[in-house]
Amino acid sequence: MNKEHIKLSATAAKLWFGTKQVLKNVTVAFPENKITALIGPSGCGKSTLLRCFNRMHDLSPDARIEGKFLLEEQNLYKGNLTATAVRRRIGMVFQQANPFPKSIYEKINYGLKINDIPKHERPAIIENALKESYIWDEVKDDLQKPATKLSGGQQQRLCIARTVALRPEVILMDEPCSALDPISTSKVEELILKLKKDYTIVIVTHNMQQAQRIADKTVFMYLGEIIEAGDTHQLFNKPQQEMTGNYVKGHFG
Amino acid sequence: MQLATREKIDNAAKLLFRMTGLMVIAILAGILLMLLWNTAAFFLKVKPFDFITGTQWNPSGSPAIYGMLPLLVSTSLVTFGAMCIAIPLGIGTASFLSDYAGKKLKSILKPAIEMLASVPSVAIGFLGIVVLGPGIAGMTGQSNGLNALNGAILLAIMSLPTIITVTQDALEGVPNAYKEASYSVGANRWQTLILVTIPAAAPGILAAIMLGVGRAIGETMTVLMATGNVSAFPKGFFHSVRTMTATIAIEMGEVPYQTTHYYGLFAIAAVLFLMTLLVNVVGEYFVNKYRKYQAA
Amino acid sequence: MIRKLTPVIEWGTLLLSTGLACFFLAIILWDLISKGAPSLSWEFISSSPTDGMTKGGILPAIIGTVLLTFITALVAAPFGICCAIYLNEYAVDNWLTRIIRASIRNLAGLPSIIYGLFGLALFVQGLQMGTSLLAAGLTLGLLSLPYIIITTEEALRRIPNRMREAALAVGATQLESIRDVVLPSALPGILTGLVLTLSRAAGETAPILFTGVAFYINKPAAYLNQEFMALPYHLYMLSTQHQAIEQVRPLAYGTALVLIIVVFFLNLSAFYIRYQHSKHE
Repeated sequence: MNKEHIKLSATAAKLWFGTKQVLKNVTVAFPENKITALIGPSGCGKSTLLRCFNRMHDLSPDARIEGKFLLEEQNLYKGNLTATAVRRRIGMVFQQANPFPKSIYEKINYGLKINDIPKHERPAIIENALKESYIWDEVKDDLQKPATKLSGGQQQRLCIARTVALRPEVILMDEPCSALDPISTSKVEELILKLKKDYTIVIVTHNMQQAQRIADKTVFMYLGEIIEAGDTHQLFNKPQQEMTGNYVKGHFG
Repeated sequence: MQLATREKIDNAAKLLFRMTGLMVIAILAGILLMLLWNTAAFFLKVKPFDFITGTQWNPSGSPAIYGMLPLLVSTSLVTFGAMCIAIPLGIGTASFLSDYAGKKLKSILKPAIEMLASVPSVAIGFLGIVVLGPGIAGMTGQSNGLNALNGAILLAIMSLPTIITVTQDALEGVPNAYKEASYSVGANRWQTLILVTIPAAAPGILAAIMLGVGRAIGETMTVLMATGNVSAFPKGFFHSVRTMTATIAIEMGEVPYQTTHYYGLFAIAAVLFLMTLLVNVVGEYFVNKYRKYQAA
Repeated sequence: MIRKLTPVIEWGTLLLSTGLACFFLAIILWDLISKGAPSLSWEFISSSPTDGMTKGGILPAIIGTVLLTFITALVAAPFGICCAIYLNEYAVDNWLTRIIRASIRNLAGLPSIIYGLFGLALFVQGLQMGTSLLAAGLTLGLLSLPYIIITTEEALRRIPNRMREAALAVGATQLESIRDVVLPSALPGILTGLVLTLSRAAGETAPILFTGVAFYINKPAAYLNQEFMALPYHLYMLSTQHQAIEQVRPLAYGTALVLIIVVFFLNLSAFYIRYQHSKHE
């Protein structure tokens, strides 16, 4: 096996909300075209870490960030790179499908429109994104209907379609299945697995079965620190740290 | 559009939004400055001590006398009377709404109170002239019934909606656990209300009262129309009075600009500003206290 | 004995106070409607006052109030909404923001007559606008500003952060997310606040007393640089300043009723917007 190419990384990352430190010296790397799962009990900072990578914390005025965040060799917080440019390259899918008050078509079109993609190219991109997200067959006749009419699982796949339409390099997923029923979850998981040949995926999940089903790598966090990171199979079956073992066996969290 | 252009627009918009925020400070500062400037001009001609303690306001006499005490006492008298009526009524109504009224009754009463709040002050003043005035005159044998009592009742009506709404919020904010604890030791609804809920909501209720007071002190048209506007030193509720706001409203229209009299009206406004500021600060103090209590 | 009396006191107090509050509203409505309705006619709302204002209608006052409210909205709405956007979407919790917020609360608590004086000093004299529709509209705009900021900010605060993030995540700038997602979602709330504020402004008298309102203008059309008539002031004038007060009382009642109808109509439309919106959620 070749040495993995590191797509996205954080070095000595620290983050405070006001005076409360949420990330304490986190160093982590995400390999290209792999799915990496971030696991850990609630409040361990895994979502906070994820949101550092597409600069979502820029919105919270009391957040203070230190450390080095790299996409390839590019520092995400330094130089003349703006948050908007970062988010263009690092897409994000959220816990709750956040419907714009718009139609299915418009929902995907919006990102293309503001990113200045020529009008005549957009229909093909949208169709392609919907196909890529395996939802085309379900919505192709209802493109002008409001997205809120769809089921939770469909909405979540639509959000993935919205993200892939912009051809980002990395897709961050913040508990994308936590609000879904098992059948919808398996469809979304299937989709995530198919996406990995084109994208680097980082997924935050509460569900340890899910991490084992889809992730190549798993990172276990606790109280703002990384306790252990490694191949998913190894982390779940032969953890190096006692705490990791306790967590993946469900002894706490 | 290019990303760089969009970012530029984004930054420009941010600047614009911040400017509007700063403009708000500028407006308040401008109002303060205007009051201070004109008051200073007034105090060059009239001693501040005479202005504050003088018992006669007669700017058109010779010599002109600028004593604001009668106006201050008038405002206080009318506000005091209004609160004597509005506070018990407001707390009673709010208690009824929060602890007694059913959902259906509430859904009728709430809009009714909002409707009462939206009646323009000039319409309330008009009713003071045509309904309340003759009523008071009939009872007291006076000629028109335009006096402090009339103004007080009208101001009570005007401040009622504010007091009711804010008090109701305060009462409904009291944690259910408090009430349940009271019920569990055998208290009935009324005892719980009087002994537990109202004391627990006291800071919120005080804030409501302060808002009501602020509204009553600053109200112009109602008192202008209903209190008879006699600038003599007020003798009681059944006598005509002239409040600070009414004095400004009446005299500013007739006075030549940049005269002592003109400046004097700004000086009254400055005192009015200080009074409402004080009331608002006290009210805010209670609101903050109430918030802390709620968070605990 | 006391035990028996308690329920009487209990219900007596509560029902009496609630009843009185409703009674006040009932009296206001009953008196204005029963005595104002006979004065209402097409002629009353479509013609100018005549015969020393003892006859005729109130058309110039209606037009004046409508134009005045319109200018108020034009001044206060963009300004207030921008300020609310700044406070809710951009502002950091620091001393400057706290000063801005304290200023807004203070402005909201300021007596309306002080706005009148400020308008007189700044617009009428300082900026040489003279007593005019524009000066009065600007004054009322300032008066309405804090309320619009407060209600707009409340509407913006109700928009969940994930809506903003969804737009940002597909590469929108912050302005674009506000324009395309936040404002459209908050629009019903913003409109409700705006219309309620305007209904207050339409009924205000004190701020326009020295900034532009006039007893009588013989042309119904009003220009920005001219004095104008307004419903609330017309009512004040007919009920206290006219030489033949008893004779014009029916006109005063009619004016009061029209004023109340305008204000209630604005209020009802605000409630309608709110109701429509709550149905969607």
